[in-house]
Amino acid sequence: MKILTLTFLTCARKSCKPEPTSYPLHPTSAELEIIPVDFNPLFLRALLPRLDWPTLRILCEAFGLPGLQEEAPEEDALFLQPEEGGAMEDVEVQGEKGKEVVEDVEKKGEEETREASQLAKDLHHLLLETTMQEGKLVCGCCGHEYAVKEGIANFLLPAHLV
Amino acid sequence: MSRPEDILPPDLYYDDPTSKKYTSNSRIQNIQASMTHRALALLNLTEPSLILDVGSGSGLSGAILSAVPPEQGGPHTWIGMDISASMLAVALERDVEGDMLLADAGQGVPFRPGTFDAAISISAVQWLCNAESSVESAPGRLKRFFEGLYASLRRGGRAVCQFYPRDDKQKKMVSDAAIKAGFGAGLLEDGGGTKQVKVYLVLTVGESGDITGIVAGMDGVDVEDHRKRRNKKGERPNKRDEIIRRKHRMEGKGKVVKATTKYTGRKRRIAF
Repeated sequence: MKILTLTFLTCARKSCKPEPTSYPLHPTSAELEIIPVDFNPLFLRALLPRLDWPTLRILCEAFGLPGLQEEAPEEDALFLQPEEGGAMEDVEVQGEKGKEVVEDVEKKGEEETREASQLAKDLHHLLLETTMQEGKLVCGCCGHEYAVKEGIANFLLPAHLV
Repeated sequence: MSRPEDILPPDLYYDDPTSKKYTSNSRIQNIQASMTHRALALLNLTEPSLILDVGSGSGLSGAILSAVPPEQGGPHTWIGMDISASMLAVALERDVEGDMLLADAGQGVPFRPGTFDAAISISAVQWLCNAESSVESAPGRLKRFFEGLYASLRRGGRAVCQFYPRDDKQKKMVSDAAIKAGFGAGLLEDGGGTKQVKVYLVLTVGESGDITGIVAGMDGVDVEDHRKRRNKKGERPNKRDEIIRRKHRMEGKGKVVKATTKYTGRKRRIAF
């Protein structure tokens, strides 16, 4: 299970839903594994406003991963500023697109090939490539333990807990 | 037509052999793929999104979500939920890209509010129309699912659920449950009236609640509006009918009402 998923999961019990302690779930005795995933900076950009930064910091601490910066980064921090790599990209865009002279297309191409910063690459590595393979997730409210096996968490509740 | 949900609950029906058979069957693969593409078209996503796949099974639909080319706004990242452990085991073997949870959609959706851009569900919701124990009921399970889904989608998000309703009653039960949870809902039928009919429940969060505008622009879609229209001003109903209706209502309340005759609702003109 990706850390990305972990930052969004809450306890499945109905009685826990209104309690603030039911989020985030606390991982215990976790085994981590790195599974490479294609880098997608546009997805990160769309995701960033939804990410709960304090939670991510708590999770990193629980896993013993290197600490994150204290404040959530701005959207612009995910990409290098156009001045730095702009000239080089222009050449690339022209080289790839060849004779396509339509301005809109070129502009769009530039937007997409804006180079991602080191921060974006680190975030991608943390959120999408680091996965929890084995372990348990504990709800801070009711103390229910959700087992994680082979990267799949078991969120089935017995009938008396629903 | 056999309905697997009448035979066994989903976690028992999709055991190891059935899950393998289901996933390797090329006919099922084709049908699932075409339905997923249709659902994606209805979602109309323009940038890489986080998608919830309810009843993701062995990841047949998820693989398509991960494979959307960048020109069409992909590739999307998805998180799947399924109740069958065997199906998820097949998904692990197939090495799909998304994350998966073993969870019962009828117990709610365990994600914090505003997590997903969109949700998709292929051939899963009909399983929620069966209650497997006496402590839960089909409407209750649908209610928890749609309420959980509504909360976990961001405002302006969309969900498309393809399902096989047993009859019109079940179709209405599912769409009513969605509307009650707050969604703007509409049903899209492909191949209506034939045996191969595919029903898509299109849901919107936080938009006006009128979904006809979303599908109206698509090719080969006719909008049939079954909503009751309110009479416009100026098109008042007949005065006599109105009086009779009101008299009837008063009668129902136990009031003494004069009998309705040919003079009811007539003007008393001066007869000279």
